[in-house]
Amino acid sequence: MIINHPLLGPRDSAEFVYLGDATLIDRPDWQSETALKDFSDYAYLRDNPAGEHRELWFHEGGDRSWLVVTRNTLTHEISKVELARDVARARGRSK
Amino acid sequence: MRYSGFKVIREALRGHKGWGPAWRDPEPKSHYDIIIIGGGGHGLATAHYLAKIYGQRNVAVIEKGWIGGGNVGRNTTIIRSNYLLDGNEPFYEFSLKLWEGLEQDLNYNAMVSQRGIMNLIHSDAQRDAFTRRGNAMILNGADAELLDEAQIRAEYPFLNFNDARFPIKGGLAQRRGGTVRHDAVAWGYARGADQNGVDIIQNCEVTGFRIEDGKCLGVETSKGFIGANKVGCAVAGNSGRMMSKAGMRLPIESHVLQAFVSEGLKPVLPGVITFGAGHFYVSQSDKGGLVFGGDLDGYNTYAQRGNLPVVEDVCEGGMGLMPMIGRARLLRMWGGIMDMSMDGSPIIDRTHVDGLYFNGGWCYGGFKATPASGYCFAHLLANDAPHPVATAYRFDRFDKGRMIDEKGMGNQPNLH
Repeated sequence: MIINHPLLGPRDSAEFVYLGDATLIDRPDWQSETALKDFSDYAYLRDNPAGEHRELWFHEGGDRSWLVVTRNTLTHEISKVELARDVARARGRSK
Repeated sequence: MRYSGFKVIREALRGHKGWGPAWRDPEPKSHYDIIIIGGGGHGLATAHYLAKIYGQRNVAVIEKGWIGGGNVGRNTTIIRSNYLLDGNEPFYEFSLKLWEGLEQDLNYNAMVSQRGIMNLIHSDAQRDAFTRRGNAMILNGADAELLDEAQIRAEYPFLNFNDARFPIKGGLAQRRGGTVRHDAVAWGYARGADQNGVDIIQNCEVTGFRIEDGKCLGVETSKGFIGANKVGCAVAGNSGRMMSKAGMRLPIESHVLQAFVSEGLKPVLPGVITFGAGHFYVSQSDKGGLVFGGDLDGYNTYAQRGNLPVVEDVCEGGMGLMPMIGRARLLRMWGGIMDMSMDGSPIIDRTHVDGLYFNGGWCYGGFKATPASGYCFAHLLANDAPHPVATAYRFDRFDKGRMIDEKGMGNQPNLH
């Protein structure tokens, strides 16, 4: 697979480390009433879709940036690559 | 029809006209006591033990394609019970004991070959870890044998003993481990289940569950609705997809694991060996091909094919361990979809829906577990209580902090 890095251009996926579903960006609020259940779900449960999947890749063999890659889990086709920090900021994190 | 030497001779004299199909091809009834979704190794084994051990006669297995077309036909055929943790080892040892009696139980030649498995040791720390594991195995009634370098040399003289970086210091052997003809496992269980009245319904895809007031009433399929008192799901890599139809999110990600087979060679490899410094395991099939594999590709996927970086990594492991493998040509490679759980261990449990049961999360250890998985799932379906060797395989272990994490990797499925 070739991941089209937003800053570096097309790179071999072997340069990257895979973390998992991009919902891991949405860390639960530890002060919430339901924090215990929220964190358990956050840590252990996954949608695991067959089709489009947004996921976190780390460019360990490159510029050490985190990316959110939108990839089809049935075909391996990558339709979108974003910097994870842009995605996180757009969701109101990492102010 | 029982298979026997007498029967073979009789048919040889009669032009082999008396062999019938090994199982029926029935139309689905409108209602069953128990429906198993998934006609793979685990689903068929569940049906067999439900009928034979637990006396259930009104059972169906529903398979979207043909039976044995998923992971039971895509693995590297290794059986073993060399686990460390209390939640796992009794279960896998139970499985190995069932393998030992499988062919007599099924009256079917599954080519169970206890040729032994050898986990190689490359460092002092690894020897300590393997010694501990061997002791845990012995405590649970399994066999384990710690070997030094000279003993490994005597058995496997062709290994790369001169590797400066990963020298072979010894090995942990389980002599009762080995290989099994994987397709025959699916066929043998199918035949066994069918003879006890189980309906095996192929080319029938489950498209959803009918759930009312928190109770599962049956399954919607491509051949219409089929009612059931209980529904068990054993669909391996498709677990997430199937259980989402019942509104469940699972502690599972689907990943691809690749496997490889070389051209047929003369006998060269007596048992199964695993490289402890990288991730590489190899055995030789009875047809002569070297069957080997390594790590997952490492990303979520439902495509039954992997990518080239892992091919390179696996072949590097092979060259590092037994350089002569470089002289063999690769014949085929393929991928299977693994239901990788969050702690690397499986789940055999009820769900929050009454009458709906789940068996999955086998990671890439599902094949060796086939008999015990079927037995324990059948026990759960028949008695509504977990089998004594499968009590740890519950959904709630993640909430309660009772993970069964052999490798200590945490909730990172691609590292298990």
